[in-house]
Amino acid sequence: MNDLTTARFVNIGERTNVTGSARFKKLIMADDYETAVEVARQQVENGAQVIDVNMDEGLLDAEQAMTTFLKLIAAEPDIARVPVMIDSSKWDVIEAGVKCVSGKPIINSISMKEGEEAFLDHARKCMDYGAAVVVMAFDETGQADTKDRKVEICKRAYDLLTGIGFPPEDIIFDPNIFAVATGIEEHDRYGLDFIEAVAEIKASCPHAKTSGGLSNLSFSFRGNETVRRAMHSVFLYHAIPAGLDMAIVNAGQLDVYDQIDPELREACEDVILMRRPDATERLIDLAESYKGKSAADEKAAEEWRGWEVRRRLEHALVKGIDAHVVADTEEARQQFDRPIEVIEGPLMDGMNVVGDLFGSGKMFLPQVVKSARVMKKAVAHLIPFIEAEKEAGAKAKGKIVMATVKGDVHDIGKNIVGVVLQCNGYEVIDLGVMVPWSKILAAANENDADMIGLSGLITPSLDEMVTVAEEMKTAGMTMPLLIGGATTSKVHTALRIDPAYDGPVIHVLDASRAVGVASRLLSDTQRDAFVETTASDYAHVRDARAGKGQSELLAIDDARANFYDAYLSDKAAPPLKPGVHVFDDWDLAELREYFDWTPFFRAWELHGTYPKILEDEVVGESARNLKADADAMLDRIVAEKWFTARGVAGLWPCARHGDDVILHDADGETHTVLPFLRQQVKKSRERANMCLADFIDPAGDWLGGFAVGIHGIEEHSRRFLAEKDDYSDILLKALADRFAEAFAERLHQHVRTDLWGYAPQEQLTNAALIKEEYRGIRPAPGYPACPDHSLKPILFDLLDAEANTGISLTENFAMYPTSAVSGFYFGHPEAQYFGVARIGRDQLEDYAARRNVDIATAERWLRPNLD
Amino acid sequence: MTKREEFEAVAAQQILIKDGPYGTAIQRAGLAAQDYAAGTDLTQEQKGNNDLVNLTQPQVIRTICDSYIDAGAHILATNTFNANRISQADYGAEALVHEINVSAARIIRKAIDARDDGVPRFVAGAVGPTNKTLSLSPDVEDPGYREVTFDEIADVYVEQCRALLEGGADFILIETVFDTLNCKAAIMAVKQLERELGRDIPLMISLTLTDLSGRNLSGHTVEAFWYTVRHAKPLTIGLNCSFGAEQLRPHVQLLSDVADTYLMAYPNAGLPNDLGEYDELPETTAALTRVWAENRRINALGGCCGSTPAHIAAMAEAVAGLAPRVPPAITPEMRLAGLEPFSIAA
Repeated sequence: MNDLTTARFVNIGERTNVTGSARFKKLIMADDYETAVEVARQQVENGAQVIDVNMDEGLLDAEQAMTTFLKLIAAEPDIARVPVMIDSSKWDVIEAGVKCVSGKPIINSISMKEGEEAFLDHARKCMDYGAAVVVMAFDETGQADTKDRKVEICKRAYDLLTGIGFPPEDIIFDPNIFAVATGIEEHDRYGLDFIEAVAEIKASCPHAKTSGGLSNLSFSFRGNETVRRAMHSVFLYHAIPAGLDMAIVNAGQLDVYDQIDPELREACEDVILMRRPDATERLIDLAESYKGKSAADEKAAEEWRGWEVRRRLEHALVKGIDAHVVADTEEARQQFDRPIEVIEGPLMDGMNVVGDLFGSGKMFLPQVVKSARVMKKAVAHLIPFIEAEKEAGAKAKGKIVMATVKGDVHDIGKNIVGVVLQCNGYEVIDLGVMVPWSKILAAANENDADMIGLSGLITPSLDEMVTVAEEMKTAGMTMPLLIGGATTSKVHTALRIDPAYDGPVIHVLDASRAVGVASRLLSDTQRDAFVETTASDYAHVRDARAGKGQSELLAIDDARANFYDAYLSDKAAPPLKPGVHVFDDWDLAELREYFDWTPFFRAWELHGTYPKILEDEVVGESARNLKADADAMLDRIVAEKWFTARGVAGLWPCARHGDDVILHDADGETHTVLPFLRQQVKKSRERANMCLADFIDPAGDWLGGFAVGIHGIEEHSRRFLAEKDDYSDILLKALADRFAEAFAERLHQHVRTDLWGYAPQEQLTNAALIKEEYRGIRPAPGYPACPDHSLKPILFDLLDAEANTGISLTENFAMYPTSAVSGFYFGHPEAQYFGVARIGRDQLEDYAARRNVDIATAERWLRPNLD
Repeated sequence: MTKREEFEAVAAQQILIKDGPYGTAIQRAGLAAQDYAAGTDLTQEQKGNNDLVNLTQPQVIRTICDSYIDAGAHILATNTFNANRISQADYGAEALVHEINVSAARIIRKAIDARDDGVPRFVAGAVGPTNKTLSLSPDVEDPGYREVTFDEIADVYVEQCRALLEGGADFILIETVFDTLNCKAAIMAVKQLERELGRDIPLMISLTLTDLSGRNLSGHTVEAFWYTVRHAKPLTIGLNCSFGAEQLRPHVQLLSDVADTYLMAYPNAGLPNDLGEYDELPETTAALTRVWAENRRINALGGCCGSTPAHIAAMAEAVAGLAPRVPPAITPEMRLAGLEPFSIAA
């Protein structure tokens, strides 16, 4: 998740809870607060986003323990950076605690146990203290056990709270997770009741959240960790889609749903979802076999393992084999006087071989990234020894601060450049994604960086890069600024970014150029000439641009008069299945068949068309190896279901109105306007000035929309990064992108043949699909035919895409998760892709009026299409 | 119309101007030691107790207030930064806290009421941070120790705010917040008073940063601070002191994007020079803050340390006629905060 501060599902750490952690309880009882604070620190380091603190223990002065502990962790910035959940069944303890917490905490919990008056009194105090609150599903008659009671109590509490002005978004309901598989029949429904209650509570209490304490669930399996972990994971797997927002859980004790032994998983599922009457007995029987299991496998030694260590390290670096590198590095360390010599000696020698091979075109990016993975692991092993020696590491050739700019979440390209630079001895300070300019400038100053590198994929990022450049200028900086990423270009850099900044600005076309650019910028002898050449090159681009007297623009009215006159009676028949269709989990194995591999290779800077690229004289071998690695990972992704492909498609009646398409919603009452842009560049001969609206019949027609996203990469990405395995991480993200594109392709096919159904007989091979030989198009907001990214929120609303697919939009309309595609469906046989290109001031003003925004906002949205 | 509604109506139309500091202006009045304590039976030396001047030399305060009104200020703060029981204990003047605050608010109220020119003006009862902190231990050996409790601080604020309101303050301005928890105690105090008095007490809240990365002394980022105090539904949120307009710029910008209420900033007149003096010229401050106004990032502007009526007048002139910032609409989300913000999307 990198630096995203917005979370979907929140794990609340339970290790600082005396009722949840025996160890913590022991520490507090023994008055060992120092170690207890360390427990909190570890929890935050391990990724807890909120920490639950509970001191409810009969033998403790809970109020004293709570305030002591909260004051101590307030003094630790590493811990205090996350919000606290003050957890107690006693209001006095809560109130004493909240007076020690300086941010905005969560109070856990209040309830109607003692009636409405006490409940509302506590709620008002929560408002005065500025805290969010957990409300237990508990009323005067007791704790809610059935689904109906849970829902009824929560709804009643919600109405009472909102009635006194409590912000609904600050309410969290805990509808009670109870133990299942206890052998008592009445308990069998507890899991299912909770899950179903969550869905209903979320539906009837807008903006409220839900939470639960997970450890109760598996209470009957105390002592059998494998089964407990499996139960928890299975439970969350079903409760989260139902709407569970957070859970108090030991995050380290959760299994990956897909990695649970299928037999155990099914047995847990049977119990939790109450799928069969004998579920409990079966799980109990099965549980016996999970007491203390482990497996290990041997690996055969290979020939190169017999070589001397220096050669083994070089071999491992060049071949990208990381299996033995730690042991080999350690062996080398013992042969040298100082650990730093291992880096400066055999490791750098090996990397130089890699660098030479890469530079001479004999190695390609995928292998270089693999080499970097090996190098990183070796260096990571040596760092503690180097630090123990208290001396600086090998002096880097230069320091580069890199970031994907604010509003953008794409980082494959940036990560590749980072790895390549690191391989070549540069120190890279990677600030991650969605980085605001202030943080970039601060990091550059703090680290005394030699240059800054900015990356971005979506077009609004271009504007953000200009902002960064302007701010660097305002700050009086002069260090070079490198610009990269798919939408960036030499022309944009020359026209917009270079003039905004006084220092050198260099557009870096792809990762292979990064080292060359960096080394020249840091070279005493080459720097000035390089900077000068680039600057004059950009000046030339600007002059050419100015002098060319850009292609002539028509007035927007004239462009509209020259619209594309489609033969409207050919329009597609109304859909067979209008409305919105949600697909929660499309089969990954099927999507794999729909992959378009060519862009995958391009992402790795291997140029050529698939499948011919595999036989290419120059890059063929590299491409084949990459494909083999990709296939191996794909096998696991599909078999172990790493990803979930979620999508939504909608088909709505509409009509063209000028350059707008007006959609009529199901009730026929509400209308949504989709404003499109028209080409304005003067066309030669008979060619039309096209607008997507031209493919829609003013007398009535249909239009579709879709959004698809691939969920689940974070967990694997984290694992790879923890293993210092950038290669697998980049591979994972590139494959996730392919899945998203394949899903878009497959869903479009499903729309044509089934949902809309205007091409029921369509039989096309994957190659034909890639060549777009079908009827109709699916232009995406932000791409040439429909360049305004800001149409995405409209499309998302129509599809209820956030709820239906879990895809959210950043402030600059980038989709998260990153591997996602959205767009419109046009069914007319003449519908075609085109580029809107440059538009005039008149259309800008007209568009701003149609979107009901001020000119400045419209300018920001359409910047790439303006002069 | 209530004062809250009146303020909101004016702030939607124009950028409002807040006054500048009292401390340096009082020094310039050249009061002698006995002038400070005149008419009281205080035994300790009172020179430097600027808050006491409200009681003993009200005409000095009135003159300063008039100079800020003449400079174009709409928001006039009381000279009560240290007029609380904890700070006054340093002068042995705790017993006078109530009187000082009542008098302080009355002076400003009268100065405003004396003008009959149709210009909207408001009395902001200023409440400082006290010199004790709830989040930090003064003892490095014992990080869990606190010099004071939440309830003690809240009581101190209840006493001060009650007196300010009695004297005619329209709003309570919790300013120069270096410890977020102290600010939460002040909010709690005002909530208590609201119930006691049976009326709405509009708040203005102003954070002070201790480092350029944008955190206050208790370690909160600007965004985390906003989420922590948002429940107070303040009329204005903002920044004051610590830095000049140039250094505050990115933080004003950030706050402008996230705060769904009006934004007030009153920077120092630049950074102190080698002699510890502020020498930024009025036109420099005015030019720097005008950029905020041009970018529609500000609703109210004033001055803190080193600012003079000339600075206030220059700012007022620089932003005259420029449209005020429109607070953004914020989607409902659970926005929590430790030292850093953490949101849970719906």
